[in-house]
Amino acid sequence: MAAPIDLHEVAQREHEARSRYPWRIKACGSTACLSAGSAATISALEQTIETSDLALDAVVIPTGCMGLCSRGPLVRVLRRGGDETMYKNVNDEVAIEIVRSHIRNHEPVEESVLNTEIPFFAAQERIVLANGGIIDPDRIEGYVAHGGYLALEKAITEMTPEAVVEEVRASGLRGRGGAGYPTGSKWGLLAKSEGDEKYVVANGDEGDPGAYMDRTVMEDDPHRLIEGIAIAAYATGASKAYIYVRAEYPRAVERLDRAIRVARRNRLLGRRILDTEFSLDVEVRIGAGAFVCGEETALLASIEGRRGIPRLRPPYPTERGLWGKPTMINNVETLANIPAIITKGADWFSSIGTPSSPGTKVFALAGDLVNIGLIEVPMGITLRTIIEDVGGGIPDGGTFKAAQTGGPSGGCIPAEFLDTPVDYDSLRQLGSIMGSGGLIVMDDTQRMPDVAKFFMEFCMDESCGKCTPCRAGTVQIHGLLERICGGEGTFTDLRHLEQLCATVRDTSLCGLGQSAPNPVLSTLQYFGKEYEDLIAIHGVTGAKEAADA
Amino acid sequence: MTEDTPSAARARRGRAKPAEAPAEQHPSGDDRFAVIDKHLKRGRYAQDQLIETLHVAQDVFGYLDDGILIYVARALRLPPSMVYGVATFYQLFTFDPPGEHTCTVCTGTACFVKGADDIVAAVAAAYEVPAGETTEDGMLTLKTARCLGSCGLAPVVLLDGEVKGREGVEQVLTGLEEILVPEPVGAGAEGGES
Repeated sequence: MAAPIDLHEVAQREHEARSRYPWRIKACGSTACLSAGSAATISALEQTIETSDLALDAVVIPTGCMGLCSRGPLVRVLRRGGDETMYKNVNDEVAIEIVRSHIRNHEPVEESVLNTEIPFFAAQERIVLANGGIIDPDRIEGYVAHGGYLALEKAITEMTPEAVVEEVRASGLRGRGGAGYPTGSKWGLLAKSEGDEKYVVANGDEGDPGAYMDRTVMEDDPHRLIEGIAIAAYATGASKAYIYVRAEYPRAVERLDRAIRVARRNRLLGRRILDTEFSLDVEVRIGAGAFVCGEETALLASIEGRRGIPRLRPPYPTERGLWGKPTMINNVETLANIPAIITKGADWFSSIGTPSSPGTKVFALAGDLVNIGLIEVPMGITLRTIIEDVGGGIPDGGTFKAAQTGGPSGGCIPAEFLDTPVDYDSLRQLGSIMGSGGLIVMDDTQRMPDVAKFFMEFCMDESCGKCTPCRAGTVQIHGLLERICGGEGTFTDLRHLEQLCATVRDTSLCGLGQSAPNPVLSTLQYFGKEYEDLIAIHGVTGAKEAADA
Repeated sequence: MTEDTPSAARARRGRAKPAEAPAEQHPSGDDRFAVIDKHLKRGRYAQDQLIETLHVAQDVFGYLDDGILIYVARALRLPPSMVYGVATFYQLFTFDPPGEHTCTVCTGTACFVKGADDIVAAVAAAYEVPAGETTEDGMLTLKTARCLGSCGLAPVVLLDGEVKGREGVEQVLTGLEEILVPEPVGAGAEGGES
C-alpha cells in the first residue's frame, strides 16, 4: 500500500511552483465559458506565449467558474506578488493582445478589463465556490494548496465521529437542495441507525432547468465534494458512498471519476485513509434524464438500476435506503460546505447569514438581468440587493416584474417583496421556496400565466406516473392553463385551476407533485389580474357564467 | 461544448480500439455488441448497472431497439419487461435512429424567458417536424433540452453539437440551412486543409 499524501508538503511544493512564474494567467474553462469559446482563448494564450518567447515568464492555468458567465470567456492575469487584472469577453484576438501587451509590455488591454470592484463581486462571500477561477480542477495539488483535505485529516485524526456530527449540528447548516432540513440532524439519524453497512449519497441530480450550482461544484472543485463526502461517511459510520450525477453533465462525471482515482491513489479514499482505521469507497452513478430522481427515494431506486419512482416515507432512507440499508442523501452543495465548517469551526459558519439560515447560498442568476452567472451570497441578503446590485438590474431600461426561485417547484415573487431577506423561511412565507438555487428574473414583457404554463408543462412531462393527483392533475392543470393563455378560458376554468392546484399540492405522493402547483399558485396570488384579463378579453361566456353564479 | 455523454466518450474509446476480440461474437456478427460486453464485464454483470449499460448501448448503436434491450436483459439476467420499463422511463433513451443532423433547442427557464419557444415553433414549422422527432427524409432531428447550463448565452441552440448563443429565430433558420445544404461534389478537395 502506498504511503498517504503529505498534505503540508504538497501544499508547500505547490506554493513554490507558483512563484516560479512572474505571470500567471487563469482562464475560465467552465462549461458556460467553454460555450462562449474559451477553448480557443486558452489555446491562443498558450500559443502566443510560446511564439513570443515568454514561456519562462507566463503560464496558463485553466480554472473553474469565475461567476460572471455573461461576460465570458473570463481571464485573470496575476502578477507575482502583486496586482491582478480580470478580462471579459476574451476571444482569441483579445487573448493574443493580452499576452503581447500586458505580459510583454506590462500594459493592460484597457478596453477589455473588467472592473472587479462592481457589486457583482463585492457583495459575494465564497465558501462553496472559494476555488472557482483559482485552481485547476484536474489537479489535486491545487486543491491541497488552498487547504484542501485538511478538514478530512482533522476530522479523522483529531475528532470522534460524534464530535463531527456535533460540529455540523452546531453550525446550523441546512440542506441546500431546497427543503432546508438541518444537516446535522440528518447525520445524527444515520449515525444512530443500526446496520453493518451504511451508505452516503451525494445528490447531484440538479433538475431545475436554469440552475447549475451543483454542476459547477462537481466540475470545478470535485475534491471539495469528495472531502465533504468522506467527512460525512466518517461521522455517520458509512463505508460506501455514491455520487448520483445527471447524465446531462458528462464533464462532471469525467472530473469526478478522475478525482476519485487520484484521491484513492493518495490514500484519501479507499482502505485505511491517511493510515487510520477509516475506509471509504466512492462511486459515481449516472442518471438518464428524469427530474423526479432528485427526490431522494426515487434517486435511490435509480441508483439500484430501476425506474426512478418515489415511495412513501417513512421509513426514511436513514432507516431503509439503498438495498434496504440505512442511507443518507445530502445535496452536493450541502456537502461542499462541510470542509470549511470542520476547518474553521461551527461558530465561524453560523456567524455568516441569519440565525435560522446560516452560511451562504449559491444562486444561478439568469433571465432579464445585466449580469448573468453564478453567485454565492450570504443568507439574509435581500432579493433587491441580489437583483439590482449583484445582478446589475434589468437591461435596456426595462422594468422588473418578478423573480422566480426554486424552478418548477418554486414561485414567482413580485416587486413589492424585493426587500425580503433570502432565507428558507421568508421565501416559503411568500409562496415560493429557496429551491436548489435557480433565480430567474423577468421583466414586464413576460406574461405570468405563460410562465406558469411553462413550468406546469415541465412537471407534467416529468411526473413519474405513480400517483394519480400528480399524473392526472398536472395534465389537467396544464390543459386549463393552455385554454386560459390561448384566450379561450372562462372564469369557471380559473376556479377549477385553483381547486385542482390545491388538490395536487395536498394529495400527491412526493415533493414533485406537492410542489408542482407552486408556480401557478404564486402567480395567481400576485398576478391574478393577468389571468382575469386574459379571460375578460376573450372568455365572454365565462364572464357571464361567473356573473350568473 | 459538444453534446456528449460520459458513456459516449467511453464507447468511442472502445470503438477506436476494439482491442481484445470478444470471447463470443454476437450471432449477427455486429462487433458493437463487444463494446457492451466489455462494459458488462467491467461491472461484473451487476444488475444495478442496468442504466449505465443502456447508456453504453445507446452510445454505440445511436438508439435502443428491441434486439439490444433483449441482449442487455439476458446478459444481466433481468426480465425483458424490466429492461424495457427502465429504458422507457428515462428521457435520454431513444428508440429511433437519429437523423443525419441535429438541432437541439434549450428550453430551460432562462432560454424560455428569452424566447426559446418561438425558435422551436419556427424550426418545427419550417421543416415540418415536431420536437423530439426526425424529418421523414432522415436529415434533421429536432430536439429540446431541459437546460444546457449556459444561461448567460440564452437562448441557446446546438446545431450538430456546436453551441450557438443568443440566437434569434432567423439566425437559427439560416444556420440550419447551412448545415443541411448537401456538400457540393469535390468541395472537400478544393476547400480542404491541404
